[in-house]
Amino acid sequence: MATIVGAVATSHIPAIGKALAKGLQNDPYWKPFFSGYDTVHAWLADVNPDVAVVIYNDHGLNFFLDKMPTFAIGAAQEYCNDDEGWGLSVCQPTRGFPELSWHVIDSLITHEFDITTCQELLVDHGFVVPLSLLWSEARLRSIRTIPIVVNTVQYPYPTPLRCFKLGVALGEAIRSFDEDLRVVLIGSGGLSHQLEGQRAGFINREFDLEFMEKIVTQPEVLTRYSIAELIRLVGSQGIEILNWLVMRGALNGDVTARHSHYHVPISNTAGATLVLESREASVSG
Amino acid sequence: MREYDDIPGTVVFDGVMASRGYALNRMCFSFNDQANRAAYLLDEDAYCDRFQLTSEQRRALKTRDVLELLKAGGNIYYLAKWAGIYGMSVQDMGAQQRGMPVEEFIQMLASAGER
Repeated sequence: MATIVGAVATSHIPAIGKALAKGLQNDPYWKPFFSGYDTVHAWLADVNPDVAVVIYNDHGLNFFLDKMPTFAIGAAQEYCNDDEGWGLSVCQPTRGFPELSWHVIDSLITHEFDITTCQELLVDHGFVVPLSLLWSEARLRSIRTIPIVVNTVQYPYPTPLRCFKLGVALGEAIRSFDEDLRVVLIGSGGLSHQLEGQRAGFINREFDLEFMEKIVTQPEVLTRYSIAELIRLVGSQGIEILNWLVMRGALNGDVTARHSHYHVPISNTAGATLVLESREASVSG
Repeated sequence: MREYDDIPGTVVFDGVMASRGYALNRMCFSFNDQANRAAYLLDEDAYCDRFQLTSEQRRALKTRDVLELLKAGGNIYYLAKWAGIYGMSVQDMGAQQRGMPVEEFIQMLASAGER
């Protein structure tokens, strides 16, 4: 059966992609951010996943406002990146895993999550920046991926509780796939930031650090917020933390943080990464 | 009053805004394509005609006024594609909306990181 080896949450700011393309990891601005990923790389090398399920939000590359699914999932052989309009270089396509995608879709819909299915899906920086941050291009070619998209563009967004429950159903779906696979979940985006309005540049360090703590041991506390409360606390674009909640919901048993790193600012955003493992994974893995 | 109406300095992009800004955002969505970015630069008025933008939206585009574009229903993710045409980054947009020089905006962000 497939095993969930753990989860990595990470910011996906486009500037990170640009810095990676230019090899700026040791630049004084970037070093305090990238140094937080050494432990993540070591952990990933150790758990050695075959599959990455990436929970992210599209920023207007694939989806437009004409049709905006609350939750969507890819079921394609491969996922292409493309021009987003403001100069991020286009990444190589990523391998898909349609058999697992369809298994997950079947299971989710049976459990009343009527997710939008996509046989073509352009993946934007929300998907490709985490992958480029976590693996080399060469290693990435051997990893099969499944994108899961959460609407964080057009209000109303799904509630934190709904996102967490989707994660629970996603975890059950993955674990019931009858093939020995090592699956890692990636929660993409955040933490606090706001790009628009007179509050542009809003960062909430106190909330971010509390969020990073609570998501490990008390995620149910985070699911009690309303969307409006979350926007107030984490900024209108910081609402991407919903992706982290889907990721967290998919882990069961006793969850521990193997690594946690927080650095402000990267561009307009609080940069953060978190590695989570559950006891279930360490016993069976 | 809605729960999100009194969040300071924040316009939540809800259904009302999404309807108001539909054509504007559709135009900005087209800027994922390099040929469309070039066409816009070549003849802004003609390009706006194709999307039937309102005079309010055209004025805000001409003056590159991000707060006005938000009021006219623009969504920041789509507007970022428009801003990219002029080499405006999200930090430039942030500084403009805050009414401060970019250097000050960047310094404000750095300060937010201090314990």
